[in-house]
Amino acid sequence: MFVDSLSGRVTGLVKTLGKVQRRMICAASASVFASGCAQRGILDPVGPVASAEKTILINSTAIMLAIIIPTMIATAAFAFWFRRGNTKAKYRPDWEYSGAIELVVWSIPALTIMLLGGIAWISSHDLDPGKPLKSSKPAIHVQVVSLDWKWLFIYPDQGIATVNQLVIPQGTPVSFDLTSATVWNSFFVPQMGSMIYTMPRMTTHLNLQADKPGAFQGLSAHFSGDGFPGMQFKVQSLPADQFAMWAQGERGQGGALDAKAYAELSKPSSYVKPITYGAVVPNLYEAIVAGRQPQNPVPPPLHNPPAPPAGV
Amino acid sequence: MFGRLTWDAIPFNQPIPLITSLVVLMALAVTAIWITRNGWWGYLWNEYFTSTDHKKIGIMYVVLALLMLVRGFADAIMMRAQQSLAIGNSQGYLPPEHYNQIFSAHGTIMIFFMAMPIIIGFMNFVVPLQLGVRDVAFPTLNNVSFWLSASGALLINVSLFVGEFARTGWLAFPPLSEKAFSPGVGVDYYLVALQISGVGTTLTAVNFVTTILKIRAPGMSYLRMPVFCWTSLASSLLMLAAFPVLTATLAMLMLDRYLGFHFFTNDGGGNSMLYMNLIWVWGHPEVYILVLPAFGIYSEVVSTFSGKPLFGYRSMIFATLAICILSFTVWLHHFFTMGAGADVNAVFGIASMLIGIPTGVKIYNWLFTMYGGRVRFTVPMHYAIGFMFTFVIGGLTGILLAMPPVDFVVHNSLFLVAHFHQVIIGGVVFAVMAGYTYWFPKAFGFTLDERLGKAVFWCWFIGFHLAFMPLYVLGLWGATRRMQHIPDPTWAPYLDVAFVGAAIIGLGIVLTVVQLLYSIKTRDQRRDVTGDPWDGRTLEWLTLSPPPHYNFAVLPDVHGEEAYWTRKQTAIKQDQLIAEPNYQPIEMPLHSPTGVIVAFFASVCGFAIIWYIWWLAILGLVGAFAVFVWYAWRDEHEHVIPLEEVIANARERRRIRKEHLHNLSQSV
Repeated sequence: MFVDSLSGRVTGLVKTLGKVQRRMICAASASVFASGCAQRGILDPVGPVASAEKTILINSTAIMLAIIIPTMIATAAFAFWFRRGNTKAKYRPDWEYSGAIELVVWSIPALTIMLLGGIAWISSHDLDPGKPLKSSKPAIHVQVVSLDWKWLFIYPDQGIATVNQLVIPQGTPVSFDLTSATVWNSFFVPQMGSMIYTMPRMTTHLNLQADKPGAFQGLSAHFSGDGFPGMQFKVQSLPADQFAMWAQGERGQGGALDAKAYAELSKPSSYVKPITYGAVVPNLYEAIVAGRQPQNPVPPPLHNPPAPPAGV
Repeated sequence: MFGRLTWDAIPFNQPIPLITSLVVLMALAVTAIWITRNGWWGYLWNEYFTSTDHKKIGIMYVVLALLMLVRGFADAIMMRAQQSLAIGNSQGYLPPEHYNQIFSAHGTIMIFFMAMPIIIGFMNFVVPLQLGVRDVAFPTLNNVSFWLSASGALLINVSLFVGEFARTGWLAFPPLSEKAFSPGVGVDYYLVALQISGVGTTLTAVNFVTTILKIRAPGMSYLRMPVFCWTSLASSLLMLAAFPVLTATLAMLMLDRYLGFHFFTNDGGGNSMLYMNLIWVWGHPEVYILVLPAFGIYSEVVSTFSGKPLFGYRSMIFATLAICILSFTVWLHHFFTMGAGADVNAVFGIASMLIGIPTGVKIYNWLFTMYGGRVRFTVPMHYAIGFMFTFVIGGLTGILLAMPPVDFVVHNSLFLVAHFHQVIIGGVVFAVMAGYTYWFPKAFGFTLDERLGKAVFWCWFIGFHLAFMPLYVLGLWGATRRMQHIPDPTWAPYLDVAFVGAAIIGLGIVLTVVQLLYSIKTRDQRRDVTGDPWDGRTLEWLTLSPPPHYNFAVLPDVHGEEAYWTRKQTAIKQDQLIAEPNYQPIEMPLHSPTGVIVAFFASVCGFAIIWYIWWLAILGLVGAFAVFVWYAWRDEHEHVIPLEEVIANARERRRIRKEHLHNLSQSV
């Protein structure tokens, strides 16, 4: 397709620039911290979704810069050349309209937006968070619940659950169902791509994949109250066999996530260390979505107790 | 007796708010004493507080907005300091419950009590003058609108001393803002303050739509109105359509919080998605309510200081109205990550991008206005050119955010924060700083110091870029907004640069005050004796600086798109003014204390509702209503300016203008 081929060409053009820029970022941070190259979020994708999104980000930026940079140069040039002191510049005090210029100035942004709009339409469908990823391997299924202020990950097929630690097999699509037990949050692993809201009494769907092994930072990207900055979690991407071993090993180990343990877990807390549950009561996720599980067993005022007023 | 209000509401054990409160109260007391000692209360009461003069009301709006800018900026620098300090093992100096109030207050104050009043202030001061008329359609209502905005601003600031402010972000998304999760008075302060000022804003919209549609100088047809009037009309239409949605949405949240309704709660069939949709149905047009008049200011400034008519005037108006309509079709782009289907996201993404077309056209039209001109690099022109550079980048990042798959990774991030500050500071703040410098001599009869003005510009320009460019980078690295604590130590240098940028903006604000004081001190050397200090093109430059209460002795006849420029050129060519018209006595509306009293009762009522002091709330409500009834029964509502006074002033003005234009014709 036209849009694809064009954006493909832009990608090629930009790729070199991207590499240079990335090396510069790494060099800069390495020299400052002497700690090598840190994870650089969406600029450092580890899976197909994140890579595609980074490509669209860079291509769209390049397309717009092609218009914007000449505009900026023209602004500077016009302002400078037509400065009052410049006797060489021709003063045309009544020049206020030109049909040809009008046509051009409406066409430039219109054509740009048509191109970008095409990219938007196609990419919105390709990268719809709810759309399953193409893969020869069956997706593994994870149910995500945002609590005050930590993340609960339930593996219904493995019969285990974790808190603030998401372990996934490398190179395998992960299909997420997400909800919240309290207020809104947004589930986000920058290096893996798309975020999505978690909302009480509702389920959202998200499909991601990590092609590399490693540990990636995850977070909540929607403010949810006082413990919000402590809602960080780690994503551990393991080779498929190690993931199977991990799941097998955890099963039956540690505590069980039953109604009592869940009630304990849902008490507000922040900066929670990873926990693993070797067993989970059946249909816990469905109960949370339906609001059958007591939503907030502790007295609500603890969530946001009255506080001293803001400074100026 | 006093509902929820006890001594615990005063932050005795919290040094930061306590000391701030004391300092603010002391500053207020010193100001009051100073005014009393100079015997200025009567003057202020008669000439400003109760004034129905659109110019005075405009000035009061701008003063309110500048005070709130200082407050909002103090919040900003506290946030930047916290994020520079609270990295890794450190928790910084602000605990979450305090930090969360600060970013909520910063957003609320900057949008509702800084940006809105300053834009409305300019509309008040400029629109009737540019239309060549004597006042707005409803002068007393105009005064009421101002005082209701001030009442909202007062309540927000009272939350600093008594109780707390919302800890939910500036849009108070439920369920977090519901009573179950935010039981304190913070959200109630937010809701009540916005409801009161929202009434004021809606009334302003009624006033300006009526004024611009119905009251214009003879010959001022729609397609002869200055672009600032057009953008003010578009902005007022948006206010009129959007603010009732805000009022209704906040009213539903109030019903949830006060009467146990279930519009947006987690239980009882409530749906918080509904709030998200409704608040953004207001919230997105709100952006254009602010930025359209800003575009109007740039149009005036670029045209005046290029010595040329605006390029593509009709195209500009078409673009304005296109933005006005499109702005209501894009609200969903604020929550692409809610999980709506691909079709919905794509449609709203493309609709959002479409706004880029008329906006881009505007940029090119300003560009071609400079082409063939004689560009004078005055302070307002600095802001206009600075804006053109800054805003295109803001537009670029805006279109990226409108691209759903890109939004999936930068939604709610510091990239977003940088983007909207780029369009609000680079678009709106630069415009109001340009407008402030441009119309200051019209309002007060002397110009502001040029050198300090340029220093202020560079502070804003450099400070802005240092403060927000690092945030784009951090946003791409996965940094989200509203973090009281920063998890990744490698972000520190970027946050430090952002802090330095904020400090430079702070220096700019300090220099603005210095510039004002210095210009007042040296005002005798910088008098604008002609009424036309910039060689202007629109009708406000026809009258004297400051204009008489009634603006024009006789409403000017308008021929052509540039009413004043045409007139001025004819006079210069012929070396004489048009023949002296037939003067008449002028009827002007009486000043009225209605606004002050209504806002007093509204503030009392609002405070009582926040603290559950029901008897006082009823008292305030009845009081406000009684004032309206009393006002409606008034017998006299106008006073007459006698013919002799009109003639004397008009002849003096003609003498000055004649001399000025004669000098100009000699110099041509």
